[in-house]
Amino acid sequence: MARREDADILDSIERWVEREVRPIARHHDHADEYPHELVGQMQALGLFGATIGEEYGGLGLSASTYAQIVTTIAAAWMAPVGIFNSHLIMAACVERHGTAAQKAHWLPRFASGELRGGIGLTEPDAGTDLQAIRTVARRDGETYVIDGTKTWITNGIHGECFAVLVKTDPAAVPRHAGMSLFLCEKGPGFTVGRKLKKLGYKAIDSAELVFDGHRVPADRLIGGVEGQGFVQAAQGLALGRINVAARGAGIAQGALREALRYAQQRKTFGKPIAQHQAIQLKLADMATRVEAARLLIRQAAAKYDSGERCDLEAGMAKLFASEAGVENSLEAMRIFGGYSYSTEFDIERFYRDAPLMCIGEGTNEMQRIIIARQLLERNPV
Amino acid sequence: MKRILVGVKRVIDFNVRVKVKPDGSGIVTDGVKLSLNPFDEIALEEALRIKERGGADEVVVATIGPADCQQQLRTALAMGADRALHVVHEGTIEPLAGARVLLKLIDKEQPFLVILGKQAIDDDNNQTGQMLAALWQRPQATFASKVELTDSTARVTREVDAGLETLEVDLPAVVTADLRLNEPRYVKLPDIMKAKKKPLESLPFADLGVSAAARVKMVRTEPPAQRQKGIMVKDTQELIAALRKRGALQ
Repeated sequence: MARREDADILDSIERWVEREVRPIARHHDHADEYPHELVGQMQALGLFGATIGEEYGGLGLSASTYAQIVTTIAAAWMAPVGIFNSHLIMAACVERHGTAAQKAHWLPRFASGELRGGIGLTEPDAGTDLQAIRTVARRDGETYVIDGTKTWITNGIHGECFAVLVKTDPAAVPRHAGMSLFLCEKGPGFTVGRKLKKLGYKAIDSAELVFDGHRVPADRLIGGVEGQGFVQAAQGLALGRINVAARGAGIAQGALREALRYAQQRKTFGKPIAQHQAIQLKLADMATRVEAARLLIRQAAAKYDSGERCDLEAGMAKLFASEAGVENSLEAMRIFGGYSYSTEFDIERFYRDAPLMCIGEGTNEMQRIIIARQLLERNPV
Repeated sequence: MKRILVGVKRVIDFNVRVKVKPDGSGIVTDGVKLSLNPFDEIALEEALRIKERGGADEVVVATIGPADCQQQLRTALAMGADRALHVVHEGTIEPLAGARVLLKLIDKEQPFLVILGKQAIDDDNNQTGQMLAALWQRPQATFASKVELTDSTARVTREVDAGLETLEVDLPAVVTADLRLNEPRYVKLPDIMKAKKKPLESLPFADLGVSAAARVKMVRTEPPAQRQKGIMVKDTQELIAALRKRGALQ
């Protein structure tokens, strides 16, 4: 760990999770109820500025430390992580690509959590193939007029500001050369559609954002130059993938924790089931997956922190850790037996939350393609 | 300046399952997580709350220990203490020596209130606060579960075997914190960053003129005996019979 303070930070997060997050997870998940009380605590804790530079009032945490925070929280309850993660991806787009004026104007408000939001990329007909988006921004004097629909946008209902990917030149070839990223605050012509119902990842608002003649001043164009949006968003996704990997690792770890405890308490044939080899084999595999996922995440985060290209490493971490989450939650169910199917235990929540990690932030199929392409590029014959 | 002095000790984290060294000479501390003594955190939390209510101007936190105890002092500063004093000393400090060091710090800082944890979870001595009050010739109120201050007194509710006892002591005084006094805050991450810049003064132990000579000889450390497996009884009658059999009931 790079800094002594990082150990204190993780300590504090652990305490917060045990005292405030874990006790409310089951209720909020089952009721699909937004955890308002956690938002205030996250703000006080400084999580909305976790990765934003200290000069803007953030904590300036490395991706490595940030990933450990995410894993720690997700090991108790994955969903609340989305409240600050999407927000930080938006902030990272501004911090890495914005003009000096944009950074000075937006980042302090993002870091304090006074202005919260997320990132708007996915559309009803474009997710993995982001270049196929249809939302457009048309220049009109000193403003742009935005029309289109975004979907599955985390924080859509409770957030106020979003980095929205649009086409400023729908006819551009290649397609990404016509894409730009705008900061849009809710207001006339920018409304929220329905809150989407989900299998898991409950309590967090995933919603549709509808743009109908929404006007933004030209200085909301991140970086001030059209045509950079795709690259800006794609770089934000590298951090996003490390984050999803960290969530997957958290779910895998949480499922292991529950299983390890239960296996020592539950008895069959006169002894704790942890004494049966059938269960031991599962526990060993689960623990190995957690450790492997953490190491891959650590490697990807270190590369991201050094500023090197990390899509191969982030892809591997995301692929492995998210699958680890799915496998461990299912294995934990098998160890819990009938009780795993009861909503009075947390295992069913891990099981419902885990698959999103395989799908979100670029499907695992896409990750494999990215990994393979990078492999070929780095190892030409 | 109305000042509260809080004494803290670094101990093995309460979540760690402590292991005894094979030769019985002590416990394994290598690679083990170290934290603030939980009772001391409660003491610090109480001091911070008093300050936040306007009952004090400054909270100074102090510890005795090796150089890397600074970590725990930084944690205390992140919780909200204004300044830290670090009496640098390698090796064991018994309660009496600890109390004598604290008395030197009282001379230096002139606090109107000293709050300590009732005991440290490593040795469970539960002596330092009492000894300090005696050396300082000031009142003590130990095992506090509630502290209310007036200008010149502290009303302290204590947890005693028979229930709750309320004492009123003249200030300055020594108060030691029990478990239910409060629930310490979790540290806010920006405060961890700010704590880096708060003043932390190192004082060499040798300069204080206190002897660290051991007065107690530690003979051997051993783990507690493994708990015997319990038995299940059907009803009260069977329970009474079982207790009689073991001589626990006449």
